[in-house]
Amino acid sequence: MSPVLFELLLRSIWETVLMTGASGLISLVFGLPLGLALVATDRGGIAESLWVNRILGAVINGFRSVPFIILLVALIPVTRLIVGTSIGTWAAIVPLSIAATPYYARIAEVSLREVDLGLIEAARAMGGNRWTIIREVLVPEALPGIVAGFTVTLVTLVGASAMAGAIGAGGLGDLAIRYGYQRFETSVMVAVVVVLIVLVCGIQWIGDRLVARLDHRG
Amino acid sequence: MNQHVTAETGDPVAVEPAASQDVVRLVDLKRRFGATAALDGVSLTVKKGEILGIIGRSGAGKSTLIRCLNGLERPDSGEVFIEGREISRLSEHELQPLRRRIGMVFQHFNLLSAKTVEDNVALPLKIEGRTRAERMARAAELLQLVGLSEKAKAYPASLSGGQKQRVGIARALAARPALLLSDEATSALDPETTRSILALLKDINSRLGLTILLITHEMEVIRSIADRVAVIDAGRIVEEGAVWQVFADPKSEITRSLLGGIRPQLPPEIASQLVAGEGTETILRIDVAGEAARRPLLSELSAGVPGAFRLVHGGIDHVQQQPVGTLFVAVPGADARHLAAVIAFLKDRGARVEVLGHVAGPV
Repeated sequence: MSPVLFELLLRSIWETVLMTGASGLISLVFGLPLGLALVATDRGGIAESLWVNRILGAVINGFRSVPFIILLVALIPVTRLIVGTSIGTWAAIVPLSIAATPYYARIAEVSLREVDLGLIEAARAMGGNRWTIIREVLVPEALPGIVAGFTVTLVTLVGASAMAGAIGAGGLGDLAIRYGYQRFETSVMVAVVVVLIVLVCGIQWIGDRLVARLDHRG
Repeated sequence: MNQHVTAETGDPVAVEPAASQDVVRLVDLKRRFGATAALDGVSLTVKKGEILGIIGRSGAGKSTLIRCLNGLERPDSGEVFIEGREISRLSEHELQPLRRRIGMVFQHFNLLSAKTVEDNVALPLKIEGRTRAERMARAAELLQLVGLSEKAKAYPASLSGGQKQRVGIARALAARPALLLSDEATSALDPETTRSILALLKDINSRLGLTILLITHEMEVIRSIADRVAVIDAGRIVEEGAVWQVFADPKSEITRSLLGGIRPQLPPEIASQLVAGEGTETILRIDVAGEAARRPLLSELSAGVPGAFRLVHGGIDHVQQQPVGTLFVAVPGADARHLAAVIAFLKDRGARVEVLGHVAGPV
């Protein structure tokens, strides 16, 4: 591999890490409260409101049913509004975040639902309000699942960010298509695949370690 | 209702002293779930410092009842007074400070797995807004009380069932409640652990003077620690009284059936031979309690009414330091006058006597 290609590879790795990290963080910041809202507003939840629950559910399902490549294009006006441009790495972070947030919300919802209702009842019996229940019971008890779900989301984002090459976002996927595939640079293709494997394994390893440390359920 | 109103007017003469001692007063509580009435007009009082046990089969309404006391469940009608204040129509927000006056212990412990033992115990204080130093000091004090000081930094998953319930009790006491609710606290524990948890509750009751209301389906729990018992069936209190009195003289069928496991019963091989008509021996059931159980009843009988009799089964038990006994006695012969004399003699001395039937030969 030529030094130019190697430099290109390094830049692509950075772009992939940036896209995955930034959109992952945004999906965590918005997806977790969304997951909490789904659980809280459901029947028997701590802030039961069935119509809010149905609307939230429908919006999330709507976003989740659109294939990412279509979302990428359809969201161009929104991206331009937020980032100022519809091309490049930062521009790709908008559709990636919008796709990952409902995805992560559903994953967080599953973990939060698994929290024993007896624990919520205990917190209520102690005189705790909704905020206490969220802060002291729901989130801490579901934390291993919330972190494991975030790991899954990050790995999914690594894959999805490869598609963002379609709007000139760069990244490893873009590199593999333009150099590895279209210019028959097999070494680039192999390098990209190896880097992706290492990246995904690294994320999963860190995630698993974190979950093991957080999980006291015995 | 009366004393509540007068208490508010501040008239010191009108306040009944007895009423101010009631930590809990329930008036005609009703709650339906669909077609079934979980509570069908329950009225009860729990006095300050006493342990009231509510016993019933599963589905009798006891869980609904205990949840009405801290507003986790709302009655359809009726009133719930906690320390003189009606709470059944308060909003969730208004209930929150009140719930801090009421500790609750659960069958499945309901400890937070993500928190250490001391953080679990301190949670009610965190909800109250105490500083970390205050919380940790109180948690240490309580863990010492329940004998788990060395487990302060452990997570609940590493504890045994009995230890988990000790943590549950420590947590329920953290905010210095006026009332402790125990929802089948020992039902998930083995008999030995059950005894130690009950001893702990009794100790807390006598040392701190804490009022305890517990629900259970086990008479053994009532017998070990309750002062008074209320029997609930199909949403109604069918029987209520001092534990030893209810044990000595259960009025309702459900109470008798719940007592079945721990009171003497005629052995089934004898019960199966009983006939209603004639026989060579008559089997009597003699129930004695209190004074009647303290006297030498059987020697008095043999001296007072000549004729042999045979003790078949039974014994004297002690409930709340009161002797409570049931004896099954076989009186030989078909002489109706002799039998009547025996029964009259026993009844004269405060025993309750029931002719169970006759048997053809010695059993």
